[in-house]
Amino acid sequence: MSDDSIPRRSFLKGAGAAGTAAATALSGALNLPAQAQSTPPAKDASPPPAAEAHLTLTATEAAFLSAAYDIFIPADKLSPSGTDCGLVLFIDRQLAGAWGGGARLYRSGPFIQGKREQGYQLSLTPREFFAAGIKAANEWTRKTYGKDFDRLSAAERETALKTMDEGKAQFNEVNGKQFFEMLLASAMEGFFADPVYGGNRDKVSWRMVGYPGLPATYASKALEYRGKKIVIEPQSIADFS
Amino acid sequence: MAKTLKAVDAVMVGMGWSGSIMARELTKAGLTVVGLERGADKSPREDFALPRIRDEYKYRVRQELMLDTSIETHTLRNTPAELALPMRKWDVPPVGDGLGGAGAHWNGVTWRFAPSEFALRSHLTERYGRNAIPEEMTIQDWGITYDDLEPHYEHFERLCGTSGKAGNLRGQKIEGGNPFEGPRHNDYPNKPLIMSQAGMIFTKAAQSLGYHPFPTPASNSSTPYVNSEGLPIGQCQYCGHCEYFGCESNAKASPLICVLPVLMQDPKFELRTQAYVSRLVYDKAARKVRGVVYVDRRTGEEIEQPADLVVLCAYPFNNTLLLLTAGIGTPYDPATGKGVVGKNYCHQTTSNVMMFVDDEINPWIGTGVSPAAIDDFQADNFDHSGLGFFGGGFIAPAVSGGRPIQVRATPPGTPRWGSAWKEATARWYSHSFPLNCHGISYAHKHNYLDLDPTYKDAIGRPLVRMTYNYFDNDYKMSAFLTEKAVGIARAANATIVGNPQPRRGNYGANNGGAAHHTGGAIMGTDPSTSALNRYLQCWEASNLFVMGGAAFPQNPGHNPTCTIGALTYWSAHAITSQYLRSPGPLVAA
Repeated sequence: MSDDSIPRRSFLKGAGAAGTAAATALSGALNLPAQAQSTPPAKDASPPPAAEAHLTLTATEAAFLSAAYDIFIPADKLSPSGTDCGLVLFIDRQLAGAWGGGARLYRSGPFIQGKREQGYQLSLTPREFFAAGIKAANEWTRKTYGKDFDRLSAAERETALKTMDEGKAQFNEVNGKQFFEMLLASAMEGFFADPVYGGNRDKVSWRMVGYPGLPATYASKALEYRGKKIVIEPQSIADFS
Repeated sequence: MAKTLKAVDAVMVGMGWSGSIMARELTKAGLTVVGLERGADKSPREDFALPRIRDEYKYRVRQELMLDTSIETHTLRNTPAELALPMRKWDVPPVGDGLGGAGAHWNGVTWRFAPSEFALRSHLTERYGRNAIPEEMTIQDWGITYDDLEPHYEHFERLCGTSGKAGNLRGQKIEGGNPFEGPRHNDYPNKPLIMSQAGMIFTKAAQSLGYHPFPTPASNSSTPYVNSEGLPIGQCQYCGHCEYFGCESNAKASPLICVLPVLMQDPKFELRTQAYVSRLVYDKAARKVRGVVYVDRRTGEEIEQPADLVVLCAYPFNNTLLLLTAGIGTPYDPATGKGVVGKNYCHQTTSNVMMFVDDEINPWIGTGVSPAAIDDFQADNFDHSGLGFFGGGFIAPAVSGGRPIQVRATPPGTPRWGSAWKEATARWYSHSFPLNCHGISYAHKHNYLDLDPTYKDAIGRPLVRMTYNYFDNDYKMSAFLTEKAVGIARAANATIVGNPQPRRGNYGANNGGAAHHTGGAIMGTDPSTSALNRYLQCWEASNLFVMGGAAFPQNPGHNPTCTIGALTYWSAHAITSQYLRSPGPLVAA
């Protein structure tokens, strides 16, 4: 059962200190509660964009993904929240692009449900799979918690994701565990990929682990650096373009 | 109807290592050669340039240099009784694509196989008795010896500028090299690469257990080098972007820098990219092929290219497929064990254990090749009496780049996401690496390739159907090797030793090893048990030769590329020194 009196959590709220004009305007329009649901990020080194324009995600999908990514990558001393790192922007672009449209996917039938060893056997493109998965996940949380996923508290969202991770979430039609794995993979890919893709804003994950990025020419350093802690200001594709 | 072109002396199907080397050797002998490559042309200067080649997401995660499964893939089942389904994306180890083939995106690991591997069945029978080899293990001798191949191994290493240290020079053991390797005529062309911290930790621990660690032979050149074709190879930058990537500093050997620049200058050679070979033209009565038919992907036109000599240089799947669709040789039947084409398909049995250490590993400084390895448990380098399995593999620390989407281990028990996961990831990123076990895949009578009855590729050819699983020998070998790796991790005083991951379960999605597929058109001594003779000449068509991993009767524990290169030189030498003088079978059937 869905409680439609509670307004949808806007993923833009997750943009943290990015309390932008657009977010404010949207909050006003939707009469959002004043309190932001995510903890303010510990670090906000770069000015976030005024608003995220999406190529393919619906408002419901964007809100779902934002709410999930902020549990996977919570704002803490190591990084801002997943949404603030740009993960929704990342997945929107990916789903709108060649990969999302099924490039490099063999899509000739017949389509038969194989055994686990036979891997992905659906005719759905990643874009279609995400759409179906988000819809099924929201149906499941409505049944279980009475609300769409993005309207759950952080603690409830964490529990819901754990249930999916353990393969115990019984979605309609879509395989909940399969959807969870794709969702988590998209978070990790967006968080750690080069910032040119829209996630990993300000190279935040690379700073977190100490990955220097480009240009990676160490012939003269391999011996000198061996076994030593080296901190290098990371550089990305955009820094050389 | 296909347009028929003017005949040429020789046509290569596929322009990776085998196609490039063979085309070079044949044009040197005066032949006119056409190289057909299904994929795109590639220029390292354009395609592998900074900054965009350093893109883990594009090249490693989305596998931009790999074969597009919507063009061609294979189907998979674990047993002959099951229904095979297509690999719709590479949930199993992928196949390369484009000019240079797998030689463009490989890591550069350049092993010679152990001498005992070439006479495997004879060797094991002699050492362990006539009944030692299980009936279902369909391993065979190669029909050649290590000594036959030795000069050709050296040729390939000088082509690649391989970095390493000899352990056996003409029978004399050399301290610090691999004491188990076959005798080498000469040392490696280049000195070993700089050893990383992970390599130092591994070496010390392995030595403390009495093992014999040595620098892993690498075709990532430790110094600028001029190769056997007079072409320059750059110095490795330890950039950590080898496998799945092209090399921007021209330090990783590839056909694109090691052979093609010379070949492309030769007027006797013509390269045609986007040329998708659909079938071989086979004259069964004459036991010869007349040429090949291909689709020009830029025009959609079907073209027949007649040739006196056809050399299949594609991946094992495609080489096998072209024999099967042409009806060359009897398809293998797992029920009777008869037939040869598709027989003895093998993979590679890998496993690992993670080490978490106090030392700074700096995983982002890395070459494609593990800094060190041991061969103490490789091949038949140790006594297998009572072990219940044959074969083995090498153990090596794998630090080939700290690309963080994929390289960020956390200790057992760490959550997969959330703040605790982030903390552990930050804590251990530079303090962890796996010990990899890279083991054999010895042929099993139920593992084979044939034509899928249902699924087709982009031009309507049947897909290859892979019937494959791991069997008892693989599981036992893997458990043994992984336990040895755990011993090394403990001897290194690792802060935490991860959960050992010996190979378990069925082969398939997320349970494959290295992308080393072999067999399907195996070489041997007898036309009733092999598709090719010892010169890689097809028993059923004397002007057809089949290169690559397809020819391996079974897969040893080392990486295959150096042997693929050496076999190509071996076969090319037989063609230019014997076959061209008197075209016909080089071995009486």
